[in-house]
Amino acid sequence: MGRRISYREALREALRAALQSDPRAFLMGEDVGCYGGTYAVSKGLLEEFGPERIRDTPLSELGFVGAGIGAALGGMRPIVEIMTVNFSLLALDPIVNSAAMLHHMSGGQFSVPLVIRMATGAGRQVAAQHSNSFECWYAHVPGLRVLAPATVEDARGMLQAALADPDPVLIFEHAQLYNIEGELPEDESRAVDIASARVRRVGTDVSLITFGGSLPKALQAAEQLAGLGIAAEVIDLRVLRPLDDATVMASVRKCRRAVVVDEGWRSGSLAAEVMARISEQAFFDLDAPLARVCSEEVPIPYARHMEEAALPQVPKIVAAVQAVMGVGA
Amino acid sequence: MNKMKVPAPPSGPVPWEKPFALSLLSDMLRIRRMEERAAELYGQQKIRGFLHLYIGEEAVAAGALRALSADDNVVATYREHGHALLHGLKMDAIMAEMFGRQDGCSRGRGGSMHLFDRTRRFFGGQAIVGGGLPLAAGLALADKLLKRQALTACFFGEGAVAEGAFHEAMNLAALWQLPVLFCCENNLYAMGTALARSESQTDLCLKAASYGMDVMTVDGMDVVAVHETVRFAAQKVREASAPMFVELRTYRFRAHSMFDPDLYRAKQEIEAWKTRGPVHTYTARLKAQGHLTEDEFLALDASAQAEVEAAVAFAEGSNWEPVEDLLRDVHTPTQAAPVANAAAGAA
Repeated sequence: MGRRISYREALREALRAALQSDPRAFLMGEDVGCYGGTYAVSKGLLEEFGPERIRDTPLSELGFVGAGIGAALGGMRPIVEIMTVNFSLLALDPIVNSAAMLHHMSGGQFSVPLVIRMATGAGRQVAAQHSNSFECWYAHVPGLRVLAPATVEDARGMLQAALADPDPVLIFEHAQLYNIEGELPEDESRAVDIASARVRRVGTDVSLITFGGSLPKALQAAEQLAGLGIAAEVIDLRVLRPLDDATVMASVRKCRRAVVVDEGWRSGSLAAEVMARISEQAFFDLDAPLARVCSEEVPIPYARHMEEAALPQVPKIVAAVQAVMGVGA
Repeated sequence: MNKMKVPAPPSGPVPWEKPFALSLLSDMLRIRRMEERAAELYGQQKIRGFLHLYIGEEAVAAGALRALSADDNVVATYREHGHALLHGLKMDAIMAEMFGRQDGCSRGRGGSMHLFDRTRRFFGGQAIVGGGLPLAAGLALADKLLKRQALTACFFGEGAVAEGAFHEAMNLAALWQLPVLFCCENNLYAMGTALARSESQTDLCLKAASYGMDVMTVDGMDVVAVHETVRFAAQKVREASAPMFVELRTYRFRAHSMFDPDLYRAKQEIEAWKTRGPVHTYTARLKAQGHLTEDEFLALDASAQAEVEAAVAFAEGSNWEPVEDLLRDVHTPTQAAPVANAAAGAA
């Protein structure tokens, strides 16, 4: 078995390895240095790499994301940390209008090798303005690659692959995952791909398709469903753009039923896109209508019981699967 | 509309040797003739979309770009034909880009607002107002970290001063001591909104100075003053490896874009500013001191017009990119080729 490590430690090791191996790489963002990272991901790196490479920024998301794009154009390999996806809205313009489009607008002359990391998601009673999940907004945009590591292996491996990508890559780290622990593979140097979805649990009755912070919930639901005699196959999308249709369709064709779990709001969600693709590509393989478990269409409330009610939870997933299986709760 | 006080036209001797003095006249004429022709071609529907003309503002690009070196980065706006031309892009490639042809400097994907050239270090052609400023700060940061001896010149209009991007980029550049030369082309109108109608503080230098950087202001209709000022500022930026802000007070003679009916300013105001036109005032000064004869002027002008006609012929002769290439250049081609719309592809 491989080394046991937390998701946070895996991210930190990935950053350290990137900074050690590529002199062009540097990390910048709010409180990444002296404070040690809002989620303590970059703790200790300032002492190790100095303030030029662990660069604290003012609270200027638009400014420092734009500067990251400029630095990437200028030959560096910036890793920009936006504290959370909520604040990334202040940098939507440079991400969408510059990072994603410069390669195309310049007729293929300029590339933007920029990695942007940010925390995402709800579940910690931090209320509406700190609990959003906007992965699907970014997954809408051609020119971006959007990643959602949900395991320690991906937390450790995706950064390296993202830095090797000549184009902008966004990495979404669900805030509920930082403390999870898992095992790295025996061969820690094995690169992870940033192109494919992964089967996290094999099953035959229903495809449970999810990503990021919802993966642990989907796996728990699959465990409970097994006790009810339903073999759920859990697909971790991992890469939200471009979506790996082949892995999804292979699972759906085998299981003939699918439930998508997505912490984004239902309307216009990534779940909606996955379901549309299944309808387009595997409609005649389905034995039941598609279903999804998303966040309720309300800003995420503060009160614990209300927040829990707003988000996808294991019982909701179990119930949704039972419904498509045609069995009562 | 307020009655605007228009300063006296630029005058006085030109403090340069004749060949250099004429090169700046030539620079301005090349921009002017290229853009006059572009306006005609727009009328003929050869050029479509947005077309933002620089006519009237040529002294800014001509004076400033002559103060930069080929190694310097230039970031400009959607009104960037002149900057692109004078930073070394071929007029052929600029014209073909405006035509949307595949020999354009952005292979027809960008158009008038998105001229780019990697080899010339010309970074666009940025059409979100203020969007170029953070990029410029980042380019300068890269140069600083890579120990490249270059500065980044960032051109933007006074309208950008109202954007958060302006303030965030100014702060970053000053905080991190980045070699950025911020060139604010104050043509008094952000599209149709006069400066005094959009800014509580109309002294733009005061805003920039508040970030702790040196500032200068100059008559942007006077190519001599522009060049001397920007040369001085660029040298300071290089020596100090720190940003500077230069306000270039100028005026656009044409409408904001070809869609603009130009209803927000008085015709008399435009005519008054035309007496300060950068090309004719400079020409008169050169003639007055014996640097330029009418024949020499006509020869320079004929040369500019010949370059324009050759560029138009080049653009006319350039092919349209095949539509089969539509999905090209979304990602850098080391990755697997993009899959066409999954709906069409996989079912």
